[in-house]
Amino acid sequence: MDYFLTEEQQAIVETARDIAQKKIKKVREHYDRTEEYPWEIIEELRRADLFGVYIPAEYGGLGGGCFELVLVTEELSKACGGIALSVAGTALGTYPIILFGNEEQKKKYLPDLASGKRLGAFTITEAEAGSDATATKATARLEGDHYVLNGTKVFCTNGNAAEIYSLFFSTNPARGPRGVSAFIVEKGTPGFSFGKKEEKMGIRASPTYELVFDNCKIPKENLLGKEGHGLMVAQATFDVSRPGVAAQALGIATGAMEEAFAYARVRKQFGQPVISFQSMQHKLANMAMEIEACRALLYQVARAVDKGGRRFTKESAMVKCLCSDVAMRVTTEAVQMCGGIGYMRDFPIEKFMRDAKITQIYEGTNEIQRNEIAMMMIKEAARQGLGKK
Amino acid sequence: MHIIVCIKQTPATANIQIDPKTGTLKREGMAAAINPFDEYGIEEAVRIKERVPNSTISVVTMGPPQAENALRDAISRGCDDAYLVTDRAFAGADTWATSYTLQTAIKKIAEIKKPYDIIICGKQTNDGDTGHVGPGIAAWLDIPNVAYVCKIDEVKEGHLRVRRLMEDGTDVIDLPTPCLISVIKEINEPRLPSLKGKLASKKAVIAKWNAEDIKADKAKIGLGGSPTVVARSFNPPPRKGGERIEGATAEEKAKKLIARLREMKII
Repeated sequence: MDYFLTEEQQAIVETARDIAQKKIKKVREHYDRTEEYPWEIIEELRRADLFGVYIPAEYGGLGGGCFELVLVTEELSKACGGIALSVAGTALGTYPIILFGNEEQKKKYLPDLASGKRLGAFTITEAEAGSDATATKATARLEGDHYVLNGTKVFCTNGNAAEIYSLFFSTNPARGPRGVSAFIVEKGTPGFSFGKKEEKMGIRASPTYELVFDNCKIPKENLLGKEGHGLMVAQATFDVSRPGVAAQALGIATGAMEEAFAYARVRKQFGQPVISFQSMQHKLANMAMEIEACRALLYQVARAVDKGGRRFTKESAMVKCLCSDVAMRVTTEAVQMCGGIGYMRDFPIEKFMRDAKITQIYEGTNEIQRNEIAMMMIKEAARQGLGKK
Repeated sequence: MHIIVCIKQTPATANIQIDPKTGTLKREGMAAAINPFDEYGIEEAVRIKERVPNSTISVVTMGPPQAENALRDAISRGCDDAYLVTDRAFAGADTWATSYTLQTAIKKIAEIKKPYDIIICGKQTNDGDTGHVGPGIAAWLDIPNVAYVCKIDEVKEGHLRVRRLMEDGTDVIDLPTPCLISVIKEINEPRLPSLKGKLASKKAVIAKWNAEDIKADKAKIGLGGSPTVVARSFNPPPRKGGERIEGATAEEKAKKLIARLREMKII
């Protein structure tokens, strides 16, 4: 399908594809097995200018938006959904600064994030505050010119590889959800340390860490937006970042389909390539249909987000949920198409299936996405006075 | 520092086919790319530029109009200015005529831009395989030349220290600039084009020069100016299947192999 990309967007796709196919593919198995961080690939991504495609040009980025980030994430994920998170996870940590940062914060942090010199991360999750982010217990207490942070955040993507974190703490526990505030925290701040490194099912090239805060003092200038506006910062971030998760899912699905298709063309049983059997062809056709439908919706949502004018909470949730569900189905079918070898670690297919699973869970579980989609629909209907007698 | 990189656009494969009728390389339907050895040359030039402040890289090729694509690729990898030397009159040039033509273009680049310090070539091309052109250019320009360079130890104004890979070891060679080196694949791992480089390459204005523009001597260019005579060229005959030594044990197979080699008078 021709999605009418501009010359610049086409160059982004080609650049990301080159790195994915020529550099990432040959090392993905190593990083999946060892759970080491792929710094050699990070260096390639930096040199290729791929960290800053969505960051405004005045802060050292390329000046694109959500759509450009989607294109990079999709291409990288076709080779490895875990390594792609170095860019996508940094973007998640960067968006709160783009959306809510003041001029000083933008000037201080965005250029390094755009060049990839420093990676970013975002965490709202706590042990007891997962889908229910309103239950945030970690606190930020204002003391003179500083906030003092205490508590533990979990499941931080880009974990200890990142250096600039967008994090959420309660500045006023008595106010519950309205007491949560967003902050920029830098690695190396005294009182900020790393706890447990998670051992994961998939996306194993991406370090997921617990972040521990013990009387960690940060300048009060590091507050993002206003006190008590934290959950709004998080939601507005998700509105523009969820298409990125969709892109990761779509890339994983496409990569799995391509590998399974290639295998089915050479694998012979009963004297012929297995792709000549209709059962295989139908699997392939179903994958291709679902993937292309996802891509069409994703690109359209990403373009709408960039055009702006209103919030796209519902559409972002839709595309995240749809693409990740499709990725899970496609990768499962891809393993099935490859039979026994598809289940083996020596073959790249099972990794796609393990990597796909997280896309249904993080940045809001797909159950939460469905809640949000339905909630937005009900609100829209109420606004229009529909269904009233 | 002004670095000039000479590149060639060649078929993007190692399986070059020769037309048995004409004895020339078959180019129809072949995807073209920068000669792989020249990619190492470009990368090394970019690394020098990163080390030495105020450096600039010019990239030059002689070839058909579509060789412009290779030059744009070179810009996307970090070269600054590109020059395409193209004229029907250059067609059929051997390595003598090619190196003559390139050196006249290099003289013109030096004249209009600034004098060069280092000229870098790939060791050889993947289609011609001669390795003549680099040293040939140095001879025409009468500048020092080192081939098979596997590392640049030092680079500064007026001086270069390089390592040349030889069969029995490595030579460390000091040479003054201006000079020419041709590089081998051990020297670096070429980076992929950057996004900003790619966007710049699409907008870049590429100078196109014909024989007259570079004031080339008509008697020294193209097929007519080439002293080389190709007596015959052919594809190597396909290799036959070979012979299998069968046997129940490794020992038995080894014995049979030895007997067969003796019979053939190989041992």
